[in-house]
Amino acid sequence: MNVLYAIVFLILAPLAGGLIAGVDRKLTARMQGRVGPPVLQPFYDVGKLLEKEHVIVALSQNYFVLAYLVFIAFSGALFFAGGDLLLVVFALTLAHVLLVLGAYSATSPYSFIGAERELIQLMAYEPMVILAAAGFYLATGSFYVNEIAAFPRPLIVLLPGIFVGLFYVLTMKLRKSPFDIATSHHAHQEIVKGVTTEFSGSTLGMVEVAHWYETVFLLGLFWLFFAWSPVIALIAVAILYLAEIFIDNATARVKWGFALRSIWLVTLVLSALNLVVLQYFGGL
Amino acid sequence: MAYMKRSPWIIHYDGSSCNGCDIEVLACLTPLYDVERFGIINTGNPKHADILVVTGSVNEQNREVIRNIYEQMPQPKVVAALGICACSGGVFRECYNVEGGMDRVIPVDVYVPGCPVRPEQIIDGVVKALGVLEEKRARMKAGAPAEATV
Repeated sequence: MNVLYAIVFLILAPLAGGLIAGVDRKLTARMQGRVGPPVLQPFYDVGKLLEKEHVIVALSQNYFVLAYLVFIAFSGALFFAGGDLLLVVFALTLAHVLLVLGAYSATSPYSFIGAERELIQLMAYEPMVILAAAGFYLATGSFYVNEIAAFPRPLIVLLPGIFVGLFYVLTMKLRKSPFDIATSHHAHQEIVKGVTTEFSGSTLGMVEVAHWYETVFLLGLFWLFFAWSPVIALIAVAILYLAEIFIDNATARVKWGFALRSIWLVTLVLSALNLVVLQYFGGL
Repeated sequence: MAYMKRSPWIIHYDGSSCNGCDIEVLACLTPLYDVERFGIINTGNPKHADILVVTGSVNEQNREVIRNIYEQMPQPKVVAALGICACSGGVFRECYNVEGGMDRVIPVDVYVPGCPVRPEQIIDGVVKALGVLEEKRARMKAGAPAEATV
């Protein structure tokens, strides 16, 4: 465990995450033939949200959203400190459950639908994330991120099924089409704003910052597959994110039933196959 | 720091508009005019919005809806009435079911006439609205109510 990395993550991840979000919006605009906002736009947005009046629908939502931000930052910090991957995964789950509780604390039908859809998302991607942790363990013999990262061979070769499955789920984690069923970053207006409908001002700002933390953490998770060579890892993670932006722009949102079924199917087939092969032929 | 002017999120409400102005509002979001250049996002949620953009006139049925949307927006907020109907009721002003312009229900900060308003005028109106938004933010920061006169 390296506390220094955790501190660096806590300080730099919002900056990196915000920049990634800005580049994301710029590239999205270019893909649609628009000029697009400045790259620093996400920072302006959050700065603006902090300047707004603090409208509270239910007092408890402040605490839930703050706890959501804290647990997202905690799970990311734990990951970058080289901590236990299982604990990271479950802290992340807890964070999202807190967001759902925050959305439920306002008695609004839009917020409720958003919260329910967030729960469906959790249900959809959680098996894949847990199986990914299991896959890392089977391949490297450790749940500790620092030991997984120090594994001398390329994990992408040992865990291709897990990698593809996790990439399938990444679209949902980044709240991108076709799986942005709980809330979306675009001006889509389906079910108002889903899980964030009743959050405004600084509360909404905290949700944004939490998303920046989570983006950096998720890219870190994909880094592990290529960790034997940092240069290749950097290129791979950049390509993955570009692919996500492209998928986001090229697809329409699907119904929640399809999202759930397809993610479970991909999880079941790819990760199970990968784990079985690794278990029985891994020593070859 | 004044981030308010750099990130105005709008909510668009169509009163009893003929849809001419609404189509021009949506045209602002298309690649040709692309208001996201200025950080403007069209949100569908009054709680996330800074600028209420209204088209069409007020009638008996939408009066409560407009007031409801306006009151859900956190301060500082501004209202831009787009098109002559939203400004004064336009040609429908004398109709038995029409109350008049949007300022009969909520305080309007920027009037953008036109039938329909051109996208250039809309962008100009929104930029004017940003000035008002900034004034209101400064007033709020000084501890005064955001609205100058109630």
